[in-house]
Amino acid sequence: MNLQQSKDQLLGAYRQMKTIREFEERLHKEIMTGEIAGFTHLYAGQEAVAVGVCEHLDDKDLIVSTHRGHGHCIAKGCDVKGMMAEIYGRATGLGKGKGGSMHIADFEKGMLGANGIVGAGGPLATGAALAAKLDGNKRVAISFGGDGSVNQGAVFEAMNMAVVLDLPVIFVIENNGYSEHTGADYAVGSKDIASRAAAFGMKSLQADGCDYFSVYETMAELLDLAREQGLPSLAEFKTTRYFGHFEGDPQNYRAKDEVARHRAEMDCLKNFRNQADDLNIALAELDDIDKQVLQLIDEAVEAARAAPPADRSEITTDVYINYA
Amino acid sequence: MPVKTYREALNDVLHAEMARDENIFICGEDVSGGAGGSSGEREASGGIFGVSAGLLPKFGDLRVLDTPISENAIVGLAVGASLAGKRGIAEIMFADFLGLALDQAMNQAAKFRYMSGGKAKCPVTIRVPYGAGMNMAAQHSQAMYQIMTSIPGLKIVMPSNPADAKGLLTSAIRDDDPVIFFEHKAMYGRKGEVPEGEYIIPFGEANLLCEGDQASIITIGRMVIFAEKAVAKLQADNIQCDLIDLRTTSPLDEDMILDSVEKTGRVVVVDECPPRCSIASDIAGFIASYGFSSLKAPVAQITAPHAPIPFARELERAYVPGPDRIEEAVRKIITYQ
Ligand SMILES: Cc1ncc(C[n+]2csc(CCOP(=O)(O)OP(=O)(O)O)c2C)c(N)n1
Ligand SMILES: [Mg+2]
Repeated sequence: MNLQQSKDQLLGAYRQMKTIREFEERLHKEIMTGEIAGFTHLYAGQEAVAVGVCEHLDDKDLIVSTHRGHGHCIAKGCDVKGMMAEIYGRATGLGKGKGGSMHIADFEKGMLGANGIVGAGGPLATGAALAAKLDGNKRVAISFGGDGSVNQGAVFEAMNMAVVLDLPVIFVIENNGYSEHTGADYAVGSKDIASRAAAFGMKSLQADGCDYFSVYETMAELLDLAREQGLPSLAEFKTTRYFGHFEGDPQNYRAKDEVARHRAEMDCLKNFRNQADDLNIALAELDDIDKQVLQLIDEAVEAARAAPPADRSEITTDVYINYA
Repeated sequence: MPVKTYREALNDVLHAEMARDENIFICGEDVSGGAGGSSGEREASGGIFGVSAGLLPKFGDLRVLDTPISENAIVGLAVGASLAGKRGIAEIMFADFLGLALDQAMNQAAKFRYMSGGKAKCPVTIRVPYGAGMNMAAQHSQAMYQIMTSIPGLKIVMPSNPADAKGLLTSAIRDDDPVIFFEHKAMYGRKGEVPEGEYIIPFGEANLLCEGDQASIITIGRMVIFAEKAVAKLQADNIQCDLIDLRTTSPLDEDMILDSVEKTGRVVVVDECPPRCSIASDIAGFIASYGFSSLKAPVAQITAPHAPIPFARELERAYVPGPDRIEEAVRKIITYQ
């Protein structure tokens, strides 16, 4: 068990995971009503990765996220109500309704954005790590990516660049078994993501992505390498997604019982609860958190619904800072 | 004539052409879907928009290739094979991702013919779902055709209805030059009559959808549908326009444009792209240079604003040029003195 974490920190991590889970479970329901536009990729099932990584970070550390970004946003401290409003396309959203689910960002929190382009985050995080290195203040950059993203040339280029230039970037690969409707074992030729990174000359580790402690401990080692020696690395976390690739995906590529099985066997919240005793945490404390989280999500949805729609006069603002 | 959706028309062509010529193959992300999935269902999607449905069971996994997420290599795969005697069809899931494959399209496919002094042939077709209207935000909604049109060596095609989808995709696959084939995402479900049997629409022949002598509306792709709505309203007020669907922006049917301008002297160009270096500005510039003496009013350019595509429903709706703006522009230019 992880001794470096105080009880407060552990409860905070649980709260974050629960917040992500309920945020996504609720969105799944709300999307079916037709009120939310566009297409939304839910992160439920993968919470331990976002939280296990971001518990090591503060606002000065930088992360780059993916199309499946809600979990990374919440774990990095983005305002849950601002996120919900953004997903509803409201003027009060973090991006004034201009970005939507796939483009939530909060630069003050070191959250450089969810991203609609698979693999784009690798080079961006590598650049963010260069900024950190130039500042010399032990900040690090994290590139979140899926098993599909490691087949992008841009990601290979970034990994090699990070090694060549000695940059404090960690490539966090969430292997949830699928890129859209294609299995990772088919699309990743070597079937082994971690060994690819090793071939670029960086340290790489593999761990259970459905267990908060396994993610946290794996990252502790890699963050030490990044902060103290300024070196890049990769972590591959095996995980699963509880919903389709995007909402509305019929998931014909998945065995009928797969999701139910994974929900039963691969659940970071259950895992955490099972260890509560050893951590000196009473289940009642977790129940309390659960209640508070549900209330927060209720409030976020109510506030988003009541908020004014995105403002048409904003269509051509924010294209540039200054463009006369 | 049978009525089919735009999607079905495209799907029929893929089936017919792959059956006709065994040199044709198709590759892309999830063109069949299901590879490596736990259900074992090998064609789990038939393309994320369903356009390649049924190809895998019929033509097998040597000719229907599910690829990793590697756009530059996907286009390169089709380009390279097409240089080596095959006819590759590559699907880029969203036109926006052409950004990742631009080298293979722009520096490679577009230039082999020229750089080899006419010796090389690269009969590749790159299919790209494009366009706004589904609230997919700034990185999944762009038109991109204006960027590709500016590249010499590529042919640029965008059907506006199911019949054209059939005639133009057939031409694209059979064409010996590289073709970028733009399919509007918001049109896949649209229905229309589609001619049976072999049906080919040659490139560079625009379609004069209706005739009138008061104004010329020149447009492409999904904007044709909006222009038709505007025309219907204008006709109710007895305002008669030429409506030209360009069908291909490269080659461009310059004759039809100039003939129409000569007749009407008043032009509205409608384009889904932002205004700078757009198809609208290209056509307006062409008319200013070659049809100047016929013009009786400034050429009106109806485009998206110079901004990325916003997510929220209200914003995207206002961002994309619509029937009202087209109608208003026509009413304005026909009274211009
Ligand atoms: C460059 C690019 N190509 C394709 C897509 C379409 N797309 C979106 S998500 C996705 C699958 C990504 O898989 P993975 O990296 O494993 O992430 P996951 O969805 O499993 O979280 C694809 C193909 C995209 N958004 N960007
Ligand atoms: Mg994945």
